[in-house]
Amino acid sequence: MPRSVPAPPDKTMTMREAIAAHVHDGDTVSLEGFTHLIPTAAGHEIIRQGRRGLTIVRMTADIVVDQLLAAGCVSKLVSSFVGNSSAGSLGELRRRVESAEPEPLEFEEYSHYGMICRYLAGAQRLPFYPLRSYAGSDLPSVNTAIRTVTSPYAGERVYVVPPVNPDVTIVHAQRADRAGNTQVWGLTGVQAEAVFAARRAVVVVEEIVADEVVRSDPNRTVIPAHVVDAVVECPRGAHPSFAQGYYDRDNAFYRSWSAISRDPDRLQAWLAEWVHSTADHAAYVAKLGTEFWAGLEVGEALSLPVNYGRRL
Amino acid sequence: MTLRTREYTSSELLAVVASRELRARRTVFAGIGLPTLAASLAHLTVAPELEIVYESGVCGAHPSHLPETIADAVLITGAEAVLPMPVLFGYVLQGGHIDVGFLGAAQIDRFGNLNSSVIGDWHAPKVRLPGPGGAMEVMANSREVFVVMRRHDRRSFVDELDFCTSPGPDRALAEGVRPLGAGVTRVVTELGILARSGPGEQLRLVAVHPGVTPGRVRESTGWDLAVADDLVTVEPPTAAELRLLREDVDPGRVYLR
Repeated sequence: MPRSVPAPPDKTMTMREAIAAHVHDGDTVSLEGFTHLIPTAAGHEIIRQGRRGLTIVRMTADIVVDQLLAAGCVSKLVSSFVGNSSAGSLGELRRRVESAEPEPLEFEEYSHYGMICRYLAGAQRLPFYPLRSYAGSDLPSVNTAIRTVTSPYAGERVYVVPPVNPDVTIVHAQRADRAGNTQVWGLTGVQAEAVFAARRAVVVVEEIVADEVVRSDPNRTVIPAHVVDAVVECPRGAHPSFAQGYYDRDNAFYRSWSAISRDPDRLQAWLAEWVHSTADHAAYVAKLGTEFWAGLEVGEALSLPVNYGRRL
Repeated sequence: MTLRTREYTSSELLAVVASRELRARRTVFAGIGLPTLAASLAHLTVAPELEIVYESGVCGAHPSHLPETIADAVLITGAEAVLPMPVLFGYVLQGGHIDVGFLGAAQIDRFGNLNSSVIGDWHAPKVRLPGPGGAMEVMANSREVFVVMRRHDRRSFVDELDFCTSPGPDRALAEGVRPLGAGVTRVVTELGILARSGPGEQLRLVAVHPGVTPGRVRESTGWDLAVADDLVTVEPPTAAELRLLREDVDPGRVYLR
C-alpha cells in the first residue's frame, strides 16, 4: 500500500453556500426522504433565498412542500401523495389546486411506485421503466407521460413511466464524511435513487464525521461520494420529521399544520416568523429552545458491531 | 327483544371484525390505525403467523410503544428488516409476497374500485385528496384487498367514482392487463361486511352488525346492492377479543376511539 495517498476532496459548505451554488430559478429540484429525514432545513433556505419557478419532485409532498408553495418558490409539482402524512391537509396546496389561488399550480401525478420507477430510470439513464400499475386507473388520462409499451418477449401490454433527472437532488442523512460518503440507517427510502438520477446532489447531514468512522462500516454508506457535490452539516435539519437515533418526530407540529395552513394570513405569518426572520437553521433550532428539543430526545439502542475482518 | 347497551365502540367492532377475516393469512400490508389494530389482534387470535409489512419498508416490527405513523421510529428500532423503497414496492409488493393489503378510500364502487384522489373534476377539484400513494400498487399486487370504511353512506359507496385512483382487476382486464390479485374481497363498515371473490363479481352484503337491517345497508349504498342468500349477523366482539384489543394491542386507546 502506498504510504501517502491524496486527501479526499472536501465538499463541505454552509447551507447558504450550497443552496446558492446548486439551486437556481427554474430548476427541477428533488427533495426526498420518506417520512424520515425530510430535508426541511434545505427547503427553508430555498425560501430565504427567494428561488422562483421551481419544479419540485417529491413522492410524499407534505409540510415542506406546502411551505415552498406558500413562499411562491414553486410553479410545478411532481408527486404521488399530497397530504400532511395522516395528520390532515396541506392548506396552500389545496388552494393552489382547487381554486388556483393565489396562482395555478401545474401538477403531475403518479403513484408511489411510479415515482420510484422514474428515479430508477433516471439513475440508470434508461428511456423508461415498466411497472404493473395504472391499468384501469384514470390517472393516465390526466397524465399523458404514463404510457404503455408492448413487451417484445411475451407480447403483453405494460405501463411505463419516463425517467426523471432533476437538476439537483437534496437529501438529509445521519452522517457523511467531508467527501460525501453518506451513511443512512432506519428508513432509507428512495434517497440513493434520487441522488443518482440527478445532475447535482446536495447531502445535508446531522454530523460530518471522520473518514475512519465511515470506513469502519462501509455497508452503511447508501450514497457514495462520487455522486455528491456538496455536504452540509445541519443538525436537526429534518425537523419536524425525525432522524433515527438523533431526535424523534414532532407529531404535534404535524397535527398543527392543518390549522396553520388553512388560513393564508396565518401561514404567511408562520413563514415570516420561522423562516424569513431566522438567519439560518441554527437560529430556527435556537428559537425552538432547549426545552422543546428535550421533548424530542431519544435514548440509545446501539447495533452490535460486525466483523469486516482484516488480512493477517 | 330489548336492545343491550353497547359494550364496545365502533372502532373496536371494526377492528375485531376485520381481524377475524385475516384467519390463516401470513403477510399483511397495512397502514396505521384500524388496519394495524385488526392485524395485531389477528396475530394474537386467528393468524399466529401473521406479519405486518409497513409502507415505510419495515418488516417484522417489534415496537416498544404503539406507533403513531407507518414510519414511527419505534417501528424501526428492533425490527427484523427495513427495506428501501425499490425493494419494498418492486420485490415485495410487485413480486407478489403480500396476501392481504388494507386500503381506505373516499369512494368505493360495486367492483371495489377506489377513489382517493379528488371529489369533483381532477383538473378543478372540489376537494383535492392526498392521491394514490402506494394504494394503486397494493391493489394491483396484493392477493386480495380488505377495505375498512368507518362511514357507510351514499357519499362513499357510489354508483360511479368521481375518479378511479386504484382500479380493481375488472377495470385492468378491460384494458387487457391481468393484475396479480383479486382486488377488493372484503369491505368492513359500520353497518356490516360486503364481499366478493374476484373479477367479474360485484360486492354483496354478506353480514350485518347486530341491530342493522339489510334494508338500511341498501339504503346507505349508492348502487343496487345485492344481499347474499345466506346473510348472517356478525358475532359481536367476544370478551376475550375485547380484552386483547384493550389490554395488549392498544392499551393507551390511541386508535380505539
